[in-house]
Amino acid sequence: MDLLGFIIILVKVLVVFAATMLTVLVMIYLERRVSAFMQGRLGPNRVGPQGLLQPIADGIKFMMKEDIVPAGADKPIFILAPAILLIPALMTFAVIPFGSDITLFGRQIPLQVADVNVGILYVLALTSIGVYGIVLAGWSSNSKYSLLGGLRSSAQLISYELAMGLAVVSIILLSGSLKLNDIVADQQGYLFSWNVFKQPLAFIIFLVAVYAETNRLPFDLSEAEQELVGGYHTEYSSIKFAMFFMAEYANMITAAALTVTLFFGGWDFPLVDESSLGILGTVLSVCSFILKMGFFLFLFIWVRWTFPRFRYDQLMKLGWKVMLPLALFNIFITAGYLTVRALV
Amino acid sequence: MIENYFPIFIVFIVAAGFTFVSLIMTHILGPRITNPVKLMPYESGVDPLAETRIRFSIRFFIIALLFIIFDIEIIFLYPWAVVFKDFLSFGSFIFFEMVIFLAILVFGYVYVWRNGALDWE
Repeated sequence: MDLLGFIIILVKVLVVFAATMLTVLVMIYLERRVSAFMQGRLGPNRVGPQGLLQPIADGIKFMMKEDIVPAGADKPIFILAPAILLIPALMTFAVIPFGSDITLFGRQIPLQVADVNVGILYVLALTSIGVYGIVLAGWSSNSKYSLLGGLRSSAQLISYELAMGLAVVSIILLSGSLKLNDIVADQQGYLFSWNVFKQPLAFIIFLVAVYAETNRLPFDLSEAEQELVGGYHTEYSSIKFAMFFMAEYANMITAAALTVTLFFGGWDFPLVDESSLGILGTVLSVCSFILKMGFFLFLFIWVRWTFPRFRYDQLMKLGWKVMLPLALFNIFITAGYLTVRALV
Repeated sequence: MIENYFPIFIVFIVAAGFTFVSLIMTHILGPRITNPVKLMPYESGVDPLAETRIRFSIRFFIIALLFIIFDIEIIFLYPWAVVFKDFLSFGSFIFFEMVIFLAILVFGYVYVWRNGALDWE
């Protein structure tokens, strides 16, 4: 690898990392602000114009707070758990293509940090590592609330991972590749070539599973303030507490980006061939990706203040007795349709 | 092939660097005034009752076991799904092969359901 190639990779990594962190900050601000508007309040509006600097002020405050490790806690695991949760959350976005190729310095640069041929498996694998962070945080805190929150959360995450994995299988059946670039390329062309129109059932299953995987309402059983105080992060303070939130929002960003990539054509702007427009096409594709992703991020907040929380037995029933058979059925139908179309 | 993973290695260094720098920063910047009551695990303001590592429902364990079985079966579906379209040119064998596999999976699933492993009442 030459020097220019290395610099390009480095720039891409840093830009994506900065963009992710910035989106996390904006999401934390929007979450509070939009929640406030939905409840007829004002929300944070003192720090900076419209309260925009509130997340930065919060970040500094978190750093200056005392770092408490409760008596009886397993200290190394207690300190490592938020890191185990946050590092994979920040790494997942690396395989997601966020724009069409751009030509700079005489070479074609794909707008994607790492073009891995098992892109989807990479995402699923890294999101699974996050479960360790949650269960270790709950177990090592030496608090009953944390233990129960961690247990609930890990059981919920692994249950919905099944439905999520099966929903993705039907997308792979259509694209014939695990590479996210191929899946995006597969959805280009006319408007109804997006996977959401070909696989509506898989989309619904995937979307519901995503809400459970990111621990958001109506599936935030692990936090459930009214019964478990704060769930697995009850005992955490200072920046470690903030890390759980950063990881949650980073996961939401990746989940929204993945939904867009798998079901809404990725960076595809309908009815336009981006590769023929040069630099303008790239700008258009990136804007289209950000717009679609922004919609799904907003949907997270919207859903939070629309639906009440599930009860735990309802959650498990939905995951194992409804979503799993539906996803299996969907694979059967998709494979059957493809076979009939190819052979008849 | 392996050089495709090189950017991911850099992403890992950046993410881990950010995480550990902020952990160390708060360790340096934050105050450190502790007393036994502050270090007590939170239990709604009263002294903790009994052991923390309490017994929990066996159902969590069953769910974990079932997850491993079903997740392995799903992982088997991935390579099948990738080559599905290519193999269709050799006839419908690949479809019926997976129907048998899914039938065994569904049989196990029905067995688990009938035995009440998925009930939480």
